[in-house]
Amino acid sequence: MNLQTNQQLEIKEPALMSGFVAVLKRDLMLAYRRKSDLLNPLIFFLMVATLFPLGVSPEPQFLAEVAPGVVWVAALLATLLSMDGLFRSDYEDGTLEQMLLCPQPLFLTVMAKVLAHWMMTGLPLTLMAPLLGVMLFLPGEGMGGLMLSLLLGTPTLSLVGAIGAALTVGLRKGGVLISLLVLPLYIPVLIFGTGAVQAAVTGLPLVGFVALLGAMLVLGLVLAPFAISAALRISVSG
Amino acid sequence: MSENKKWLPRWFFQLASPRWCYDITGKLLPGFVIAMLLLLVTGIVWALMFAPADYQQGNSFRIIYIHVPSAILAQSCYMLMAIAGAIGLIWKMKVADMVAKSCAPIGATIAIMALATGAIWGKPTWGSWWVWDARLTSMLILLFLYLGVIALHSAIENEVTAAQSAAVLSLVGLVNIPIIKYSVEWWNTLHQPATFKLTEKPAMPPEMWVPLLVMVIGFYCFFAVSLMLRLRNEILQRERRAGWVRELIEKQ
Repeated sequence: MNLQTNQQLEIKEPALMSGFVAVLKRDLMLAYRRKSDLLNPLIFFLMVATLFPLGVSPEPQFLAEVAPGVVWVAALLATLLSMDGLFRSDYEDGTLEQMLLCPQPLFLTVMAKVLAHWMMTGLPLTLMAPLLGVMLFLPGEGMGGLMLSLLLGTPTLSLVGAIGAALTVGLRKGGVLISLLVLPLYIPVLIFGTGAVQAAVTGLPLVGFVALLGAMLVLGLVLAPFAISAALRISVSG
Repeated sequence: MSENKKWLPRWFFQLASPRWCYDITGKLLPGFVIAMLLLLVTGIVWALMFAPADYQQGNSFRIIYIHVPSAILAQSCYMLMAIAGAIGLIWKMKVADMVAKSCAPIGATIAIMALATGAIWGKPTWGSWWVWDARLTSMLILLFLYLGVIALHSAIENEVTAAQSAAVLSLVGLVNIPIIKYSVEWWNTLHQPATFKLTEKPAMPPEMWVPLLVMVIGFYCFFAVSLMLRLRNEILQRERRAGWVRELIEKQ
């Protein structure tokens, strides 16, 4: 009996994990082959951050004050920009339907796709953020907070944005609609993300903000894939 | 199943059928219209003429009698929309989908009303039309959520898909509303320590809050009436191919 359950486990577990890994690898490979898709959000991130000194004021003191918000808003918009393509090409060539049909739970498939998306946008954005911080005269003490908050916040942005992408994947003009659906949901992440950076700049303890960002990420990890899966099923069947 | 049915009256289950729902709401409508008129007229006359003026804000506080009911209603309307959406999503009930669809524009309008009255009230009290106060901001975000649901609904042509997608979105929003509310409250206290607070008195005297209560109930009746009107239109529109709708139209 014991042996049998063990065998079943051995058969099942690799199948689950290999499905996850296969989707992750495939998405990363696809992104690597289309490098412009990988770079565009990063260039956009840089450009949006450049607009603020031009549009508002190049004063170092003023820029240092608004830098946390500007970097966060730019990261949020860059994530949003890349969101539309998350499921679109899979939907158009029929891969998405196959994913819905395959025996692996959709929860894991979706998780792998979102993870791949984050590795292609959120992670590079986080790594690039100090550059923007320097451009906007963010004090050195704030850099750690900025990177830590982005590291914890951008996966939540990807998870929540994927709900919007899944809901609009069947529509011709999903781009603007995604922003309408998703931006209000991004507000808590933005608030605590910038809060963490500001706390780091002023030398206040970060723990509270980081804990809240982490809590939102955990909540997103647990709940968002269900919403994404449900939305995908609705979009594909409709 | 039969055990369950004893708990609820029969008409409750009949609400699931578009035809019965149309009939039942038709019977309920006159009662709610009368209650709405009575409550709103009494409430407004009482609030504007007989309730005492605030000791600090004078007569300008009287906008509370429109502002607070609409703010409360805007929030409960979202709850209703999300719950109706969930019912439609789980049990595939057409009427629940229609209720959810009818809720969205009403809720958005009421949220706009709450924001507008808040702005008008803010001018004499705070000295500016708009303040990034936590409550105002979270009401604005609620309006955005409504607009998102409406936009999604109108972007999808297939009625069934549209209803399901909108239901998923409103459920996601429902999970988010408390998070947004608390984060906005915290954000506000972080940036500007509560300088903008209404002159809070520990408790309003009964002469002030009784008309407010009347207005709140009146607003709920108004909501019920407009929801039923929208719902009945929606039912007729979607069931236009059904026999009973044709009979109904031929009769007129």
